Amino acid sequence: MQELIDILLSASFWAAMVRIASPLIFATLGELICERAGVLNLGIEGIMVIGAFAGWIAVFWGMTLWGGVGVAFLAGATFGVVQGVLVVPLGLSQHVVGLGVTLLASSTAYFAYRLALPEVTSPPRIEPFQVWEVPVLSDIPLIGPSFFAQTPLTYAAFALLGVVAFVLYRTPLGLALRAAGENPAAVEAQGLSVTGLRMGAVIAGSGLMAVGGAFLTLSAFSSFFFEMVNGRGWVCIALVVFGGWRPGKAVLGALLFAGFDALQIRLQQTPVGAMVPYQVFLMMPYVLAITALVVMSRRAQVPAALMVPYNKGER
Amino acid sequence: MSDAPSVVLSLDRITKRFGGLVANDAVSLTLHKGEVLALLGENGAGKTTLMNILFGHYVADSGEVHAFGKPLAPGTPRAALSAGIGMVHQHFTLCDNLSVLENIVLGTEGLFSFGRGRAAAGMRIAELSRDFGLSVDPEATVGGLSVGERQRVEILKALFRHARILILDEPTAVLTPQEAEALFATLRLAVARGLSVIFISHKLHEVMGIADTCVVLRHGRVVGCVVTSRTSRAALAAMMVGAEMPERQIAPGVAGRVRLRLDGVRAGGLSGVGLQLRAGQITGLAGVSGNGQSQLAALIGGEAVPETGLFEIDGARVTAWTPRFAIAAGVGRIPEDRHKTGTIADFTLAENAALETYATRFARGGLMDWAAVHSHASDLIVAHDVRCEGVSQRIRLLSGGNMQKLILGRVLEEEPGIILANQPVRGLDVGAIAHVHGRLIAARDAGAAVLLISEDLDEVMGLSDVVHVMSAGKLSPPFARGTMDRAGLGLWMAGQGFCDAA
Amino acid sequence: MRLEPVAHPSLARRLGYPGGALVATVLLAMALAALAGADPFAVLGQIVVGAVGSKFAALETLNRATPLVFTGLAIAVAFRAKLWNIGAEAQLYAGAIMTVLLGTGALGGPLVLPLSALAAMAAGALVLLGPVVLKVRFGVDEVVTTLLFNFIMILFVGYLLEGPLKDPMGMGWPKSAALIPEARLPRIVDGLRLHWGFGVALIAAVAVWFVQTRTTLGFEMRAVGANPAAARFAGMPVRAVLLKTALISGGLAALGGWSEVAGVKGHLSADLSPGFGYTGIIVAMLAMLHPLGVVVAALFVAGVFVGSDAMSRAAQVPTYIADMLLASALLFMVLALMLARFRVVR
Repeated sequence: MQELIDILLSASFWAAMVRIASPLIFATLGELICERAGVLNLGIEGIMVIGAFAGWIAVFWGMTLWGGVGVAFLAGATFGVVQGVLVVPLGLSQHVVGLGVTLLASSTAYFAYRLALPEVTSPPRIEPFQVWEVPVLSDIPLIGPSFFAQTPLTYAAFALLGVVAFVLYRTPLGLALRAAGENPAAVEAQGLSVTGLRMGAVIAGSGLMAVGGAFLTLSAFSSFFFEMVNGRGWVCIALVVFGGWRPGKAVLGALLFAGFDALQIRLQQTPVGAMVPYQVFLMMPYVLAITALVVMSRRAQVPAALMVPYNKGER
Repeated sequence: MSDAPSVVLSLDRITKRFGGLVANDAVSLTLHKGEVLALLGENGAGKTTLMNILFGHYVADSGEVHAFGKPLAPGTPRAALSAGIGMVHQHFTLCDNLSVLENIVLGTEGLFSFGRGRAAAGMRIAELSRDFGLSVDPEATVGGLSVGERQRVEILKALFRHARILILDEPTAVLTPQEAEALFATLRLAVARGLSVIFISHKLHEVMGIADTCVVLRHGRVVGCVVTSRTSRAALAAMMVGAEMPERQIAPGVAGRVRLRLDGVRAGGLSGVGLQLRAGQITGLAGVSGNGQSQLAALIGGEAVPETGLFEIDGARVTAWTPRFAIAAGVGRIPEDRHKTGTIADFTLAENAALETYATRFARGGLMDWAAVHSHASDLIVAHDVRCEGVSQRIRLLSGGNMQKLILGRVLEEEPGIILANQPVRGLDVGAIAHVHGRLIAARDAGAAVLLISEDLDEVMGLSDVVHVMSAGKLSPPFARGTMDRAGLGLWMAGQGFCDAA
Repeated sequence: MRLEPVAHPSLARRLGYPGGALVATVLLAMALAALAGADPFAVLGQIVVGAVGSKFAALETLNRATPLVFTGLAIAVAFRAKLWNIGAEAQLYAGAIMTVLLGTGALGGPLVLPLSALAAMAAGALVLLGPVVLKVRFGVDEVVTTLLFNFIMILFVGYLLEGPLKDPMGMGWPKSAALIPEARLPRIVDGLRLHWGFGVALIAAVAVWFVQTRTTLGFEMRAVGANPAAARFAGMPVRAVLLKTALISGGLAALGGWSEVAGVKGHLSADLSPGFGYTGIIVAMLAMLHPLGVVVAALFVAGVFVGSDAMSRAAQVPTYIADMLLASALLFMVLALMLARFRVVR
């Protein structure tokens, strides 16, 4: 018990929570945009992998870190185009296409990695984003080092939350997206293009997911290795449900989940924790995600047209 | 200054085919300023297709549209909206999760602008509400509005976008007679302000009251364009179906014993429901959809159970109740939506015909007897005039009328003692309607107790021996045939009678 | 742009588009080979030869196809009822765990094999039952729950192999004790490296086909998958059907684990499955969810993997080309199947 309190009072724990949450925030917001517009994007796991790889290899080959982030976004957006075309105007099953895209994106990343670096045994490293301490704010005890001594990409993640919330709820574009996920016929009847809106959402959302993956290679770890995404993408889908398809709540969910993850790592080190097999700790985040899904599914405010392909003129 | 009102809209030889079906065949019509034009025709005549072409949901194969003297670009609602054409769809195009204001404002601001015009929009909506008699709260979430309120939002959407031509597709299908009167008042206000109206309907008495001109479509062609004041309901009806249709005189049913009884039942929105279905009678349920009809149908059909109250079939209390039990108890159910719950689109006719009876009639020891399924289906399609290419055809390729005949056939083959007919002729053409009505009457005469639920007051009044009205989850007392007229039933539909009786 | 159903698609259309999908996959293979700096045609040839060009290769392909038939069947059965079982990996491992539990000395005699098979099926069924109960009772989407459970199961296997199931005679590498000889699947033909798991897989495929086309349960499963509202209205016990589907699907996937442990490996280690549960999705979709088609698709997919392994040793093209080709084949095929039945119009 004492160890638990010690952990919770340490700045390194909170800093770890924010750091672990950052890739989740990008990917969750990306998925949220897709789902609010009416498209379930099951390509998220694979797109995070290709984002992680594309961002990393760009930097490995000499690009700046932010350039790498841009490349990752483009890689994700490309797979977003593939998925979008199959699912939006052609109306194919979002489940099947999503799973296909996940498999394709991750295998593309692994193939390209092996192609680029055929003989490496241990993954080469790059120089990742460095922590940038916000002046003044980072000196506040406990809160300072936790929240204001992070890498720029983390700050970007939280800025993104503000942007997404603003666009979704206070601009005509956001209104149109929310309408497209609720009743596409209403959108068409007002002269807007459901196809255009949904495609845009899928492409932008996929780009963001890839940036989430790039966080892993450009900020958290500094090399690319297989199985590094490790189910984070699927967790983000649960987080969207947990957040009731609202950006603020979804990010809160991401922080909660990340906190749990940071906690279980530290609990393993405690004397009590050492008695429990470490796999139990590693399982807990996934169990938490499933539990969160169960709890929130019962009161879900699901976008009514989620997963319903819009066949124009079908009346 | 010329007295003749100017032409605001002209459709010139519009033709549209869907596969082999010609939905519109060289249709031409003209709309003048300040005119109310009724577009009439039975189901499947091509009225909605024509309006969808006008509004840009479909592209015509040939023909042109001119609005206010300028050609209208086809295939995009945006062009229609810019040209001043607004449409109130039959199935409302509203988002339940958004507010009234958001629904109205959707698409009116530049997609990549910052949209700062909410306050101004709110004021404009209030102004339009006053001027056209369409009261509604702009901040209310659409999901919580009644059907009548939703229609007002649909109309405000069009008016907000400066519509000069208003198209309304079957607007009174979902309204009580009193709400329909309020709608017509709004339309008269609109016309007084220089708008022109096209009004799709198949309800002749309303049309006679509000329209200046009537254009009748049959099988996709214009068969008549007359000034309302110079024609009659009978003449219009004749044009719609191609011949003088004699008023069908239905002999009253002979009431037998009580087959199904509900007393003081409360269940999912229904309260204090009392109902008796007698053998040999058609009991009709009048009322606008959404007042509890679905819940009552679910209850009788086995999909729901009463929370309190008495529920008896043939004098015995109902204990266990599921669709299977209902079927076994002799309740034949014609579902409200033949596409959503009545049939499985990708299954064959044979499979659909066996959907309810596969376990009891066509299976032995868990194995399906497909030969028997096919022969049963073959007999059924002959006996019930289902036009198709064979029992192995996928049912999605059948017309609505033939699908309904199959559903009716599979229900009647089991010789049910109680028949629940939920909107049995919705969306069907006159021939199919006559077929379905004929079979229901025949079933009644053979001793079945029929419960007819329909939004069409004329249908209910014409077929039923006894009529109840459903409003806000409550059921009125029964009215024997001939004791109530439309206006009287309309009051009950609006909830009046229930207040008085309380 | 709209999609309009084609009333009577011709045979040319129904075969042509899927054929086009396969051609597109082959073209992609050649492009990837060229990207890797190898000769496209040589690479194709090496894949084919590596898959079926020798007795050894062919047997390897058949062996590799066996677990894919099981997971492919599991997923085909589930997907047809619109049950999105992405957790075949976990169900497979559950079956493997059961096989090891019973087969390392706990039981003896000739009944060990069939009993371990049944126990495996029960374990797999139970694993899938959890998410399906959550779906049926609480409306929780089964995609994410089954997916996340894969990760939980793999961790659980790791724990078992380092703890309760650890091989006392192993040299530190986490694996279970070896199965006793009676718990091993015998070879179909002496001298050929093909075990009876393949035979059981074929029997399972026929059994699933029989259930789907000839039994009332099969009719119900198809109806519930096609239109659950209509099925419920017609009186079908939709919940019970979904639960039975889950039991069958989970059980089939678990048999894949049983077959790999009892037929190939003889013990359980954490690398038992290189993603058979996920590859099963590709197998099921290429087979258009048809149980007999699953056998053909599994052979095809296994051939691509085995052939790519062999080719990779010779031509230095990364083995992941196989995964890329199969994922692309999946997408091409789904597109082709739609285009065979619909046309795109204005």
